[in-house]
Amino acid sequence: MMIRFENVQKRYPGGREALSGVSFGLERGEMAFLTGPSGAGKSTLLKLIALIERPTRGTVLVNQQNTARISRRRVPGFRQRIGVVFQDHKLLHDRSVFDNVALPLIIAGLKPREVGRRVRASLDQVGLLDRESHPPIMLSTGEQQRVGIARAVASRPDVVIADEPTGNLDPELSLEIMRLFERFNDVGVTLLIATHDLDLLDRLGHRRIRLEAGKLTRDSAQ
Amino acid sequence: MIVRWFRLHWQNLGAAFGRMGSSPVGATLNVLVIAIALALPAALQLLIANASSMAPAFDNAADLTAYLNPGFDEDDARELADTIAARIDVESTSFISNEEGLDELRSRAGFEGVLDALTTNPIPHVIKVRPATDLIEDIDRLELSLSALPEIELVQVDRLWVERLQAILALGQRAVGMVTLLLAAAVLLVIGNTIRLEINNRRTEIEVMKLVGATDGFIRRPFLYSGLVVGGAGAVAAAILITFGMWLLARPVRELATLYASDFTLSGLNLTGFGVLIGGGAVLGWAGAWIAAARHLRAIEPA
Repeated sequence: MMIRFENVQKRYPGGREALSGVSFGLERGEMAFLTGPSGAGKSTLLKLIALIERPTRGTVLVNQQNTARISRRRVPGFRQRIGVVFQDHKLLHDRSVFDNVALPLIIAGLKPREVGRRVRASLDQVGLLDRESHPPIMLSTGEQQRVGIARAVASRPDVVIADEPTGNLDPELSLEIMRLFERFNDVGVTLLIATHDLDLLDRLGHRRIRLEAGKLTRDSAQ
Repeated sequence: MIVRWFRLHWQNLGAAFGRMGSSPVGATLNVLVIAIALALPAALQLLIANASSMAPAFDNAADLTAYLNPGFDEDDARELADTIAARIDVESTSFISNEEGLDELRSRAGFEGVLDALTTNPIPHVIKVRPATDLIEDIDRLELSLSALPEIELVQVDRLWVERLQAILALGQRAVGMVTLLLAAAVLLVIGNTIRLEINNRRTEIEVMKLVGATDGFIRRPFLYSGLVVGGAGAVAAAILITFGMWLLARPVRELATLYASDFTLSGLNLTGFGVLIGGGAVLGWAGAWIAAARHLRAIEPA
């Protein structure tokens, strides 16, 4: 089991309850979509996995590790094994595509030659090898998101989580991005992707976990 | 591991220079503020050091100078000098006749005209007395007993002047120390504030770095290098300011010294001085950055 939520509750300061009693599991090598209307708690759920937030109650296990037991000091090492893709891709605009993708690898302390090799492998997989020296701003939105994905997978993480990765893209580009995720899944990457684009999902299949008002209302795996 | 460590630090140092180059006006102003804050105490230290070098060496500072009554016979005066030299509490004496004294005075620039206008020699015979010990009580006793001699008009203890000068220098040293502390604190604040702004400007970057698993140390490092480079550059600029100032002062000081028949020259920063100044600037920069980073980096968390 790659990810396991056991009766997880998340209440934000101020009293808003974003998640209540959420339980589910995601196997290693599985690809699943997290669906539901905005405000249903999708982002919160992903933040609990990346330790951006911590649960108020319940247990979150990532790769058999109880996240509650990870001290602040050990959060960086934990995050190095998780790839995150954002709706706004969060690329750094003062450096090249290559340097953006290289960032997690440099942080992980890889040798320059290994960094170069892995960055090019990742960029090749998202079809942007010829753009490595460009600043992200010179790329289209779809291409920028592909750089974001390349960065998330470059360090070969245990699991990749994506929060509305196609939120800013038209249907055609969205499908392209999702097909890209599928290709990574084919080579064994575990993926959990939050999206509210149901039309797109109908064309893809895969497991769907639906959240509504902080509660898990449907899980197609069950 | 070691290689990796050096590579990371080398890259960070390069990047720190790169960031300065990307906003040259702001960086220059910053470096100048730090340069002035560092140059001021360093220049004051130099001033004190130069003043100290003017004070005579201490080994003959215990000497007493006895001025005989005007018009006292030279032969009698020489005899008196020998008598004093024979005392148990005196090591030796040397006699300077009024003629020798006048010659010495005449040899000093600016006095010829005045002395030529005199018809009689106004200078008394002088006996330089070197005491057998340099204990203050012994010297005081010797001074009292010499003053009591009817042939002697005035006894001056050279040491007193040295002590006064040294007391003034010690006071100056203390004042300069306080100024140095204050300005070092100012440098810390200036650099801390610069780094705080830099952290704010790079908020998004820091968030992204934390998201992909960067440790606090990794994120902090470039800011520490920024501080180090800004502090070091400020210190180098301060050294240039001081050297330039010394060069401007060298000639007038030499001219003034000539007027006092002294071969005194202004001594600038030596190698140690340069080292302390630049090392101090770099350390202050590093420390200021550390304080700012400790305060502000923790607050930035991805959300």
